[in-house]
Amino acid sequence: MSKVTPSSKSIALAARKSALHMTHASKASHIGSSLSMIDILSVIASNTTLALNSQLGEELIISKGHAAAGAYAVLAHAGYIPIELLESYSTDGALLGGHVTSTHVSAINLSTGSLGHGLPFSVGRAIAKKRLNIQGQSFILLSDGECDEGSNWEAALLASHLGLDNVSAVIDRNFLQSLKSTEETVQLEPLADKWLAFNWDVVVVDGHSHADLDKAIFRKSNKPMMTIANTIKGYGVSFMENSVPWHYKSPDEEELSLAIHELEKFL
Amino acid sequence: MRNAFVDQLTLLAEKNEKIFLIVGDLGYGVIENFEKRFPKQFLNAGVAEQNMMGMAAGLASAGYQVFVYSIGNFPVFRCLEQIRNDVCYQELDVSIVSIGAGLSYGSLGYSHHAIDDIGVMKALPGMTIYSPADPIETRIALSSSMSVKTPKYFRLGKSGEPNIFEEGSTNFPNWTELASGSQLLLITTGAITIEAIEAAEILNLEGIEISVCSVPILKPFKLNISLVEKYQKILVVEEHSISGGLGSMVSEQIAQHGLMKNLTVLGLPDLVHHELGSQKYLRKHFGIDSQGISNEVKEILGS
Repeated sequence: MSKVTPSSKSIALAARKSALHMTHASKASHIGSSLSMIDILSVIASNTTLALNSQLGEELIISKGHAAAGAYAVLAHAGYIPIELLESYSTDGALLGGHVTSTHVSAINLSTGSLGHGLPFSVGRAIAKKRLNIQGQSFILLSDGECDEGSNWEAALLASHLGLDNVSAVIDRNFLQSLKSTEETVQLEPLADKWLAFNWDVVVVDGHSHADLDKAIFRKSNKPMMTIANTIKGYGVSFMENSVPWHYKSPDEEELSLAIHELEKFL
Repeated sequence: MRNAFVDQLTLLAEKNEKIFLIVGDLGYGVIENFEKRFPKQFLNAGVAEQNMMGMAAGLASAGYQVFVYSIGNFPVFRCLEQIRNDVCYQELDVSIVSIGAGLSYGSLGYSHHAIDDIGVMKALPGMTIYSPADPIETRIALSSSMSVKTPKYFRLGKSGEPNIFEEGSTNFPNWTELASGSQLLLITTGAITIEAIEAAEILNLEGIEISVCSVPILKPFKLNISLVEKYQKILVVEEHSISGGLGSMVSEQIAQHGLMKNLTVLGLPDLVHHELGSQKYLRKHFGIDSQGISNEVKEILGS
């Protein structure tokens, strides 16, 4: 497949705007989570050619399925979903639901929504690629709150045991989960040490620096790779940043225009 | 049944490099030959069922026909959401193989008694449930399942189950009538079928003649209406809780078809229990061994 891919920065800006419009129009949630991870996903989407329809190759699994608005927006602006499909996001009869659904997105192999499912599934596909001698990294986006789920740690154990160097996972480390900070909820720190102890190759980066993300996510190692991307939930819109309520809220008309204005001014 | 299953899977793998066997650190003395012969199609996932089932879905999405082998409740309950969301939601070709149906692991305690699995698995959309009655039907069920490219559940006994069928004598995938008689229709499934056959033999000596039918596929479940219509008294026997198993399915369909029948379900009570012992001992304890079944039949018939 050949396509002209815009730069990660222009994808990210367009995706932020789209995600704001989508959550506004549908009155659906998770705009904070979407703004948090859009840079990560934009860097992945602009530097890969994702295999379609479950074919093996370079692939993307979005384990934090609740960041669906941001995920669809990035994939649309990177050329994987028709842009007009975004308009019906999370509305009656929509093709794109409030948690990542693969049904109508050929570049996504797994419908998610419950946390802790993406990594085990990706490990399965990474094993398949090893057994069949097929190249291509498996990129997996996880949330930090999602690291509460034991299934991730089961997958972490096996991935390093099998030396799955075709797994490149990223944690969107925004330090906020549903009710409070991750550290007040169930302490995750020292998070990098935990992944190191599971024998992963771990780096910690600024999750909004495209250059840093690019270098980290596409590095090579002989181990499965974890990039802990330090992010700000709601990034780019001052009144949404680091705010638990914006995990759930959707912007009204006034908040939407304020947010778009801020994005155009600062990013 | 476990040996029959793994032997048959090994045979199939000789001609099918898409077969992939994942074990949950179980299968000692059973799976080694497969691992040795097909190392690229084998993986021990360790004691981690959630990851095991998620990986199975990932491998299936990559084109493998995946078999997840474990015992009792482990590949069902521990990873139920992975079965629902990763396997069923994505409509993938993953076969969940549970060894030790019912009370096979009786002395290991309630944790190991697979007695509510049918109720859970039948609730999952698109799941096909195989419940063969003996090693021969196990092989036939497995071979037949290869053309079913959607989620599957195999509810198998452990080891030492006698052959009930001769090659070619099962009506799989339909019901097989293993004893005939006009006084009552006994419907059963899985390894406990042998107890029902023996019960019919005991009753025969007393001049009571009943029909015994085994059901090898529990989902999709299809009541054999023409057969059921011939009987007024029906007894379902299962090595499963009376809640959610074969008895529930028969009851539902009898009601839905507007049939007026005298129906009794003989299985395990819908209660937590603390009984320990061999499968033979526990079947007797719960009244689902041949003697218990024949007593129940006599009670129903008032003889």
